[in-house]
Amino acid sequence: MSEQAAPSLKTKSGGGGNNLIARFLAATEIDTRMLGMLGALVLVWIVFNVASGGIFLTPRNLWNLSVQTAAVSVMATGMVLVIVTRNIDLSVGSVVGFVGMVMAVTQAEILPHFVGFDFWGTWILTLIVGIGLGALIGAVQGYIIAYLRVPAFIVTLGGYLVWRGGAWWVTSGRTVAPLDSAFQLMGGGPLGSIGFLPSWIVGIIACIAIVYTVIDNRRQRLRYNFPLKPIWAEVTIGVIGCAATLAAIAVFNAYPWPHLIAEKYAAANNITVPPEGLFISSGIAVPVLMAISVAVAMNFIAGRTRFGRYVFAMGGNPEAAELAGINTRWVTMKIFILMGILCAISAAIASARLNAATNALGTLNELYVIAAAVIGGTSFSGGVGTIAGAMVGAVVMQSLQSGMVLVGIDSPLQSVVIGAVLVFAVWLDTLYRRRAE
Amino acid sequence: MLDKATPLVEMRNISLSFGGIHAVDDVSVDLYPGEVMGLLGHNGAGKSCLIKVLSGAYHRDEGTILIDGAEVTINNPRDAKAFGIETIYQTLAVADNVDAAANLFLGRELRTGWGTLDDVAMEAETRKVMGRLNPNFRRFKTPVKALSGGQRQSVAIARAIHFNARILIMDEPTAALGPQETQQVADLILQLKADGIGIFLISHDIHDVFDLADRVCVMKNGKLVGTAKTSEVTKDEVLGMIILGKCPPQAVPGPGAVTV
Repeated sequence: MSEQAAPSLKTKSGGGGNNLIARFLAATEIDTRMLGMLGALVLVWIVFNVASGGIFLTPRNLWNLSVQTAAVSVMATGMVLVIVTRNIDLSVGSVVGFVGMVMAVTQAEILPHFVGFDFWGTWILTLIVGIGLGALIGAVQGYIIAYLRVPAFIVTLGGYLVWRGGAWWVTSGRTVAPLDSAFQLMGGGPLGSIGFLPSWIVGIIACIAIVYTVIDNRRQRLRYNFPLKPIWAEVTIGVIGCAATLAAIAVFNAYPWPHLIAEKYAAANNITVPPEGLFISSGIAVPVLMAISVAVAMNFIAGRTRFGRYVFAMGGNPEAAELAGINTRWVTMKIFILMGILCAISAAIASARLNAATNALGTLNELYVIAAAVIGGTSFSGGVGTIAGAMVGAVVMQSLQSGMVLVGIDSPLQSVVIGAVLVFAVWLDTLYRRRAE
Repeated sequence: MLDKATPLVEMRNISLSFGGIHAVDDVSVDLYPGEVMGLLGHNGAGKSCLIKVLSGAYHRDEGTILIDGAEVTINNPRDAKAFGIETIYQTLAVADNVDAAANLFLGRELRTGWGTLDDVAMEAETRKVMGRLNPNFRRFKTPVKALSGGQRQSVAIARAIHFNARILIMDEPTAALGPQETQQVADLILQLKADGIGIFLISHDIHDVFDLADRVCVMKNGKLVGTAKTSEVTKDEVLGMIILGKCPPQAVPGPGAVTV
């Protein structure tokens, strides 16, 4: 991690003979910290790949990694806004447990009384119930924090206990399974992936969006005669963005369904299995698609809406924001409502993946979510943080975790390493900030 | 000027206390269009508190506020802005981590037809305003944190004047500035005054205020010592008001005036 982040420190201060790189970064306006983070991620991947004898960087492992990251990364995007406004949410893991349990009971025990089993809309109704409940929990916590002025740390510490207890209480500790068959798709798996062609279509749509964004930005700046980036810089960014997207799709499509499932599918659909085996691409997993959609939506909210602007202004100087006429309490409450909604989405992914809701669902998630946001460059002193950074932070966390499992590191040592990396990453970030000023 | 029938702002018998301490005690002050009213007093005399009542940052305990002769309710900064009251705070109240355009439009963002932030339009407006105010200003994309005190102050002033303020409150606007920037602010005040804007200029330093103000109003220990036209009193007499609370005969005495 250190080796990769170090060059980004250097280029920022303009030291050494990296003049060309410095000019490239200046022209493309690429965030050097983000670059450092991606560098760290690549380093982690390479180290684990070597240590595991080449298992880490296989389509299968990367596909699994993407599914494992989904639940935490959904919440990490919301945690960025929470921490940016100098708050904290310790309750997210417990909210996942409680909402997950309520959603499980809704689809497995309540709804069947009214609509019967295998009703096509069960998953939608369940998700509506879950998101509504998540928003309500967020609203209650947010109200206490914003209007009753109880510190977020205390309110969500209370929430941590309340909702975990609630998860237990709903079914008296009984595990609820199995879940609705359509709901299960949100957990991934062979059927919970969108397949070969749809994956490429998603990839191509993403590429079109990237190119459109680049062109639209340029056109906007042209309209007001603002200074423009050089054309080659724009093209480079567009090409890198599209190439990365398509590469990811190629990796997801290179992971086939497991043999038995593929053969069962072939038998059911009268497809003759060729002698070398049937290759059915998984493509993007549904939870991953959900996480990416959430990230895009949250990025939009953070960067392009008034609400997002207020969140960052409040984080930088709460008093100034208040004096500028921003209703800071209402904005704070909205942040927690949003966080609650994201917890519900995460709960859907986590319980669907397990095909069950247990009262331990989401345990320790609050720490992973906070760690992901912080590794992703969100500052506890407020005002600084990005959604994209939090996503990368979540991937880094998950890579460390599943990489260590793959390499065969003992469970207690895993916690030690992750804890140390968290502290180290934040220290590195503090150094970077001090240099940048 | 005083023969104009209704003042722009009239604050009557304002009181404000914090836990038994009377920060502002029965103070009345008024302001006419195109007038600069200097608000003077020692540190802790209650000037900033009085003015924060008008800008909506504090809620008064007693008293009434009239704008254009009509009584109004100001409960928060949004209410004040709706009446055209803009404030430039002593503490350079800018959001440090966003850029000049975001600060200029904070709370009043320009939006596109889709309801999203129109950053480019906001940057264009900001470039226009700053071009008039501070032509040397170039750093439109950097967070305000990285700017110098003068640059930050010009952002704060730009924010106040861009939205057709009718009443401008400047709380020690030059406290953080160098001599050249102070002169710029003085020129700006005269320009705004010519546009018919009423200005409250707050300072603990008489020299900042005396040449610019039409009238001065002196506070001491939360009480009003008196109000005087700068054309009718000398600096020494005003100093006597500030330091001793002694009101000269040309001035209108307030409840805080020392009876000799």
